[in-house]
Amino acid sequence: MSASGIRPGRRGRSVVTGIGVVAPTGIGAARHWESVLAGKSGIGRITRFDPTGYPVRVAGEVPGFRAGEQVPGRLVPQTDRFTHFALAAAEDALTDAAADPATLPEYEMAVVTASSSGGTEFGQHEMENLYQQGSSWVGAYQSIAWFYAATTGQVSIRHGMRGPCGVICGEQAGGLDALGQSRRLLDTGSRLVLSGGTDASLCPYGVVAQLSTGHLSAEDDPARAYLPFDAAASGFVPGEGGAILVVENAESARARGVPSYGELLGYAAGFDPTTDGTAARHTVLVSVIRRTLADAGLTPDAVDMVFADASGVPAEDLAEARAIAEVFGPGGVPVTAPKTLTGRLYAGGAALDVATALLALSAGVIPHTAGLGRPAPGCEIDLVLDRPRQTDPRTALVLARGHGGFTSALLVGAGDRDALKR
Amino acid sequence: MAEFTLDDLRRILRAGAGVDEQTDLDGEHFADTAFADLGYDSLALLELVNRVEREYGIGIPDGDLAHTQSPREVLAYVHAKLREARV
Repeated sequence: MSASGIRPGRRGRSVVTGIGVVAPTGIGAARHWESVLAGKSGIGRITRFDPTGYPVRVAGEVPGFRAGEQVPGRLVPQTDRFTHFALAAAEDALTDAAADPATLPEYEMAVVTASSSGGTEFGQHEMENLYQQGSSWVGAYQSIAWFYAATTGQVSIRHGMRGPCGVICGEQAGGLDALGQSRRLLDTGSRLVLSGGTDASLCPYGVVAQLSTGHLSAEDDPARAYLPFDAAASGFVPGEGGAILVVENAESARARGVPSYGELLGYAAGFDPTTDGTAARHTVLVSVIRRTLADAGLTPDAVDMVFADASGVPAEDLAEARAIAEVFGPGGVPVTAPKTLTGRLYAGGAALDVATALLALSAGVIPHTAGLGRPAPGCEIDLVLDRPRQTDPRTALVLARGHGGFTSALLVGAGDRDALKR
Repeated sequence: MAEFTLDDLRRILRAGAGVDEQTDLDGEHFADTAFADLGYDSLALLELVNRVEREYGIGIPDGDLAHTQSPREVLAYVHAKLREARV
């Protein structure tokens, strides 16, 4: 028995049977996937608050989300928007997986989500109450709405999932780490895990808190604001939303008679606290990719497409391109970043990338990176531009890096669900 | 001095803690239904107390309503507090 509680040599297969999406590209996996194939961007001028006077005025907002219709009534005033998103996405994912939690053993179901900002907007509102009206005006629900585990807790309560639940805070990499943790839980007695992540920090407090990184784009034109791997890259656009996935062990999914979008084949994480200069970032990412492949028992030639982290910060893009080129050879694997349509969604970003990768595998398509112009010099990667490639990929490697040094990779393989194939 | 009715209680619960779709606050047995059965926990009662205090200008000591079972009990308690405030 290792420290993780997993007996050496024992690893079951972990498959994804349900996908729930709430993203700037649309609500629901089908609408999101249509937007990805069409290259339809969800980035625009911020409408959730008046961004005039702020250095960042463009973001990816979820269109048409109505909490009153998509979230249980009691939970609307009691929880933050990032939890609203996750509650709606979890419901969709369970329906998609044809999984009824009431019929499954409660201690064998778990919830593990990623969080980056917590309930920022809720917290801002209560802070306004505090300094404008006084302490007795601060709502009781501030105590449970703001914190990182709020989403996991509410989803767990809502669906009666009483197995080992938790939250992972790894900034933009957290979505992959949550899925890595789900796989561990499936190897230690859980049979179904709701996992992924959401973020909703498009309020003044949330955006201002991100400004100190210096990585957000100050560009006003939504079509020019987030251009990773491009000669005109100027940082990234923040976005809201994310994805929740139903992850099950393969035997459990088979016993329920449901198909899967794909399998979690390999996962690894690393940490690089040095954010200045590209050398270390590149080295850590190379190591993480190689360990992910080793974890899956596969070699680089088995990878059919890479979903890039796509920072949009030129030095970070260069480091990622160098890492990919070092493992796969220059131009050795198709690389894509559909997140140019959404902006970077923090805890929701990598989770949405995994959802997109699984939809791509089930459709047999490599989605393109919409909106780019001229590739940045030095990025020796085969970036999929202009239109999707119909190459029937069987595996996808998803990369994610979070501010401060979080670095993770997840390899997914195609399943037997091909409902989206055209 | 403001009155405090069951309708006020419903309004404050709706605003502070929300209502689940399967719960009917307008049902005839509302006043005697346990808060737990209406979907409200101790945090919901805390929020209710804060809002009643602010709106009606009365002080409700910590814990006084922590174990209140039903809307009718809250109504009786707040009525007593409002009478106290008048004298």
